[in-house]
Formats: sequence, C-alpha cells, structure tokens
Amino acid sequence: MKQPGESPTVEGQSGAFIKEFAPRRSFLARFQRWEWMLAALVVAVILLNSRLTPYFMNGQNLARASSDFMELGLMMLPVVFIIITGNIDLSIASNLGMSASFMGLLFNLGVNIWVAALAALVIGSLGGLLNGFLVAKVKLPALVATLGTYAFFRGLAYGFLGDQAATNYPSAFLYLGQGKLPGTLIPFSVALFTVLAVVFGLVLHKTTFGRYLFAIGNNQDAAIYSGVPVERTKIIIFTLSGFMSALAGLILASRFGSTRPDIGTGLELAVITAAVLGGVDINGGIGSMPGAVLSLILIGLIRFGMGLVNIQGQVQGIVIGLLLVLAVPFPNLVRRISGWNRRIERRSLVYTIGMILILTLFIAFFFWARAPILVPGMV
Amino acid sequence: MTAQSHDRPRPSLLLFFARFREVTLSIFILILVLAITLSSPDFLQVNNIRLILLNISILVIVALAQTMVIITKGIDLSVASMIGLVAMMVASFVKMHPQMPMGLAFLLGMALGSVLGAVNGLIITYVKVPPIIATLGTLSIYRGLVFFYSGGTWINSYELPASFKQLSKGTPLGLPNMVIYAILVAVAVYYFLKYTRIGRNIFAVGSNLEAAQVSGIRTQRVIFLVYVLCGVACGLAAVLWASRYESAQTNTALGFELQTVAASVVGGVSISGGVGTVPGVLLGALLFGIIENALTIVNISPFWELAVEGFLILVAVTVDILIVRRVKRNSKT
Repeated sequence: MKQPGESPTVEGQSGAFIKEFAPRRSFLARFQRWEWMLAALVVAVILLNSRLTPYFMNGQNLARASSDFMELGLMMLPVVFIIITGNIDLSIASNLGMSASFMGLLFNLGVNIWVAALAALVIGSLGGLLNGFLVAKVKLPALVATLGTYAFFRGLAYGFLGDQAATNYPSAFLYLGQGKLPGTLIPFSVALFTVLAVVFGLVLHKTTFGRYLFAIGNNQDAAIYSGVPVERTKIIIFTLSGFMSALAGLILASRFGSTRPDIGTGLELAVITAAVLGGVDINGGIGSMPGAVLSLILIGLIRFGMGLVNIQGQVQGIVIGLLLVLAVPFPNLVRRISGWNRRIERRSLVYTIGMILILTLFIAFFFWARAPILVPGMV
Repeated sequence: MTAQSHDRPRPSLLLFFARFREVTLSIFILILVLAITLSSPDFLQVNNIRLILLNISILVIVALAQTMVIITKGIDLSVASMIGLVAMMVASFVKMHPQMPMGLAFLLGMALGSVLGAVNGLIITYVKVPPIIATLGTLSIYRGLVFFYSGGTWINSYELPASFKQLSKGTPLGLPNMVIYAILVAVAVYYFLKYTRIGRNIFAVGSNLEAAQVSGIRTQRVIFLVYVLCGVACGLAAVLWASRYESAQTNTALGFELQTVAASVVGGVSISGGVGTVPGVLLGALLFGIIENALTIVNISPFWELAVEGFLILVAVTVDILIVRRVKRNSKT
C-alpha cells in the first residue's frame, strides 16, 4: 500500500489509520489516467481551434478569453476541497452576488472603494462561515443548507442594491479585473488565479489538512474516530469558499466595471461542472487539483473557440453538458458496450431498440417543428 | 418513514411533531397567516387565497415529481430546462397548428417531457452517472437546445391561438383551472405513492437500495421510472406555463429547479432518500406561495422577497433537524 517516497503526513495512530484505509494508490493511478485524457483533450481542442479560425492563436485574444474564466476558477478552488469531503456548495454564486452588491452599496454611500472591497471580503467570509456552521454544527446536509443560503444570499444582494447599480469605480480598482501585469500580456486575475491554484494544490496534496479532506470524504465516521477534526475542517473549507467567492465577486465587478444584484447568477453550476469534469468525485474522497485546473482550461478553450466561430453561449452549454454527462463515465461505458455481445438478452435488445426509436422520433420532431421559427441567417 | 415506524420511543409532544412534519409546518403556516392578517386584513380575502393557489399550482406539480425523485435518493436539476424546452416546442407547434384541439397540446407536452425524462433516466441507470451530475449536464444541454431550437427568438402572446391561452384560464367549480390540475396531480401522486406496488417500491429503493434489490425489486427500473414521471410532470407544467404567461421564451422557468427542491425539502422530504409525503410537499409549496404573496401585501420591497424566502428555508430545515435530533436523543435514554 505504501508508496516509496511518500512521506507520512499524520503522526501516530491516526496517521497509520488514514494511510491504511485510504486506498490512495489506486485512486492516484486512476487519476493520472484521467488527467492525461484531459490534457490530450486540451491539446486536441487547441489544434482544432487554431485550424478553425486564425483569431485563436493570438496573445491578446487568449489573454482576454482566459480572464473571462478567472472568477469561475477562483470559486472552483475551494469547491474542489468541499466536493472532496463529500459535500457541496451551491451558494457560491449567490455569495459572490451578495459580496459584490454589498461593496457596491457601500461605494454608492461614499465609502472608499478599498474599504468597501475589504468589507465585501468580510461579509463573503461570514456567509461561508454560516454555511460551515449549518453543515458542521447543525449537521444539515450540505445540499440543503447551501440551497437555503443560495436563496438567502442572492436575496440579500437584491436587498442591498435593489434596482440600482454601482458604477464609476475608480481606475485603480478596475485593475483587479482588467489590468495586466506590467510589461506583459498576462492579466492580473490570471496571475492571481495561478498563484492561488498552486497554493490550493499544495495544500490539498502535500499537507495534513489536505489528507483530512480525503479522509472525511472517504469515510467520515472513520475520520472522526481517528482524530480528524471533522467539524473544524468543514467550517474552514466553507468559510474559505465564502472568502474566495467574495474575491471572485470583486474581480467580476472590476471586470464589468459595475455591480448589479444579479451579478454572477448561475455560475455555481458552471463551477461544479468544471470540478466534476476535472475528475473530482461528487461522492467525495477522490479528486486532484491539476485535474480540476485542466478541466477549467478545457472548458475555457471550448467556449472560446466556439465563441470565435459565432456559436451562442447557451448553445455552447450543450457541448459542456455532453462532456459532463459522457466524459466522466466514458471508460466505464466503453467497457460495458464492448461486453455487450457476450451477455446480450432479447429483452434488453427490445428495450434498446425501443429507446432508439423513441429518441429518433423526438429528434425528428425537434428538427421538423423547428424549421418555421428559424430566424433567417441562422444555421 | 418506513424505518421509524418499527422502533417505539417514549411518546412525547416532540415526537409527535417529528413524526408528523405536516403538523409542525401547518402550525408554522398558521402563525404566519395570523401575523400577516393582523397587519393587513386584505390577506384573508377569497380572491387573494385564490391568487396564492393559482401562483403555486405549477410549483406543486413539479415539486411533487421532484419529491418522487428525491425519495429514491436522487435529484433532478434539469426540471427548469425541461420546462423551457417543452414549452418552446409545444408553443411553436401550436403556433403552426392553431386549429388543433388543444387537449392534444397536453399530450404532446407530456410525451416530449417523458422523452427528456427518459434521457435523464438512461444516463443515470445505464451510464451510471450520479443523478446530480447527470441532471446538471442535461440542465445545460436542454437549455442549450431551447436556444438552438428557437434561434434565440421568443414566441409571443399574439402568435398563440386563444384556445391555447385559455387552457390555463377559466374557473369551473369556482377554482381556477390550474389549481384543479394541481389537485388532480396531487391526488394521483398520493395514491400512486401510497397504494400501488411501484409507489411503495420507490420508498424501498430510497431507504435501502441493496435491501430493495435483494428482495426482488428491479431497482434500476424504478429509478428510471421516476425520472420519466418527472419529465411527464415537467411537460404538463410546461404547457401550463406557456399558456398562463402566453409566451415561450428562451429563459422560461430559469432557476425554477432550486425552487422545486426547496419546496420538497421544506415539506419534509429527506435529501438522503426514503422519506417524503404528498401533504408535506403541498404545505411546503403553500408556504412559498404565502410568503411571496404576503410580502407584496404588507408592503415589503419585493427586492427583499428572496432573502426572506431563503431565510425561512434555513429556519424551517434547521428547526426540523433539531427536533428530530432531540427525539432521537430522548428515545435513546
């Protein structure tokens, strides 16, 4: 079980326990395979994109496109932690909206923008702390707790700003989302994300705290009995998630140059999509930071490429959704289909044919009924 | 639900509350109604109550389907996108055939919805993707298809025949049409879950999958079925939605999925499977309807509505879990 070169992370009994019961090696083996597959997909998409359009391989475009995904990335980092412990945080985008709106409110009231930004980070962290408290202490399922705060935080955002918007931020603040590192093409937000991704990756894979996360995700009861501070760990990661959402809110507000209460609506599902596509198991216990970052890059490249060839954002969602549904279980599916011939049953054949027939009918209806309302010029 | 009925802890008032989630929720709603009525007597008018019921009828239909899914330990996040897609397809079909008997629109909507639900079910039972991931994927796929289908355009009120718009209107028996549909669905789901074999199997699958499998239930088929039923309910809801709001837009029902989950959860459906009742979900949906209505009546800025709703969800689920835990502790000693 023990791998050469792997240093013990927890001393004493609990350390032995974690090492013995967390089947780290098999997961690692599986993950490396998944990461290679993601990397291959990234390369394939880059090649495809650069063949499709000459605008793709352009430093300026790439820099702009990558800064479009940094809010998503910043929120994804702590969400990877949370999903690895077997929990979920649906409130991140609402927390982003709440924090950014709070900042906008203070700014509209004449508060200095940096003070307002700091206050936004505080309120975001408090929101995360509330989630952590509900999950760790009250012991609500994370899905339920963060579903509640999803509505609550977004509601606060509307309460703070109403139908107002905060605009005219000073240019120093706009640097956060729009600025580039001096002398380069690299946007500030990308640099920030890169640094934080490395930090989060190191914490996840190289520290005791990271091992705690996997331990909780693999078997929470076992983790409790082996002395992992489960409650405290959960509170920390949810608070962290709130803080990062607020940070993402600042950057998004800065990139837009304005704040409205509906800022960032729906991002939570995009974030979870990125994490899961990166190989983080929604049931907890499995996941890696490089995988998650690779999947973020993959999604970014796909969307960017499709945007360049004029495919609407919502239609791009079809491809991302298909990736999510089919890519993760792909290896499994191939095995099942190749094993078909041997254990084929008449009944399952009938079902399969029936399903295919129904789906064909649906698709036929879809395209047949679609024609009349087609806008001229649309493909 | 099934698991708790075997052990017999000491009877107490607390236990009573825990057993009958509906009682706690009813008391909560009564107190709320009382408070609102005191501050504004307009609230308890017949017309206003009718309006509340009208406003929650679509929520009730979808939340009940969502409940069946959650009872099997699953979740369907794609309901809003299914409603959006079916509404768009049905509306454009109706637009092309304004003379057709409008009862067919319901059939068409439910048929289309069942296909979408079947796709969810296949991905979950055959491809073995966890429900939350699978329906998260189809959420964006179906929503993308709405755009693909319509090219980003809307179908407006003037393009729809009057007979279609009439489907959701009218008040036979003194109750709005939509409310009657919702009641019919509620009765059907109640009967289905309580008195049919498949309905009982849904609970069995949710409480203990292995045990259900061992006792001969075709678990995968049951799970597949609940997603198909959820699709059917969404199809019905989509037709009502398009008819009531007299349009089909690319963002129809956007964000509705979390509302359906919230109504179920507040109504006492356990996210970990196996527990849930129809009356509870009805009360959960009613609570949302009352809050939404009350805020306008007592003149709270509509901008705070969502915050109050979210806060009440949190209070409801927290109080519930505290009571349950208290009961468990009492029954141990």
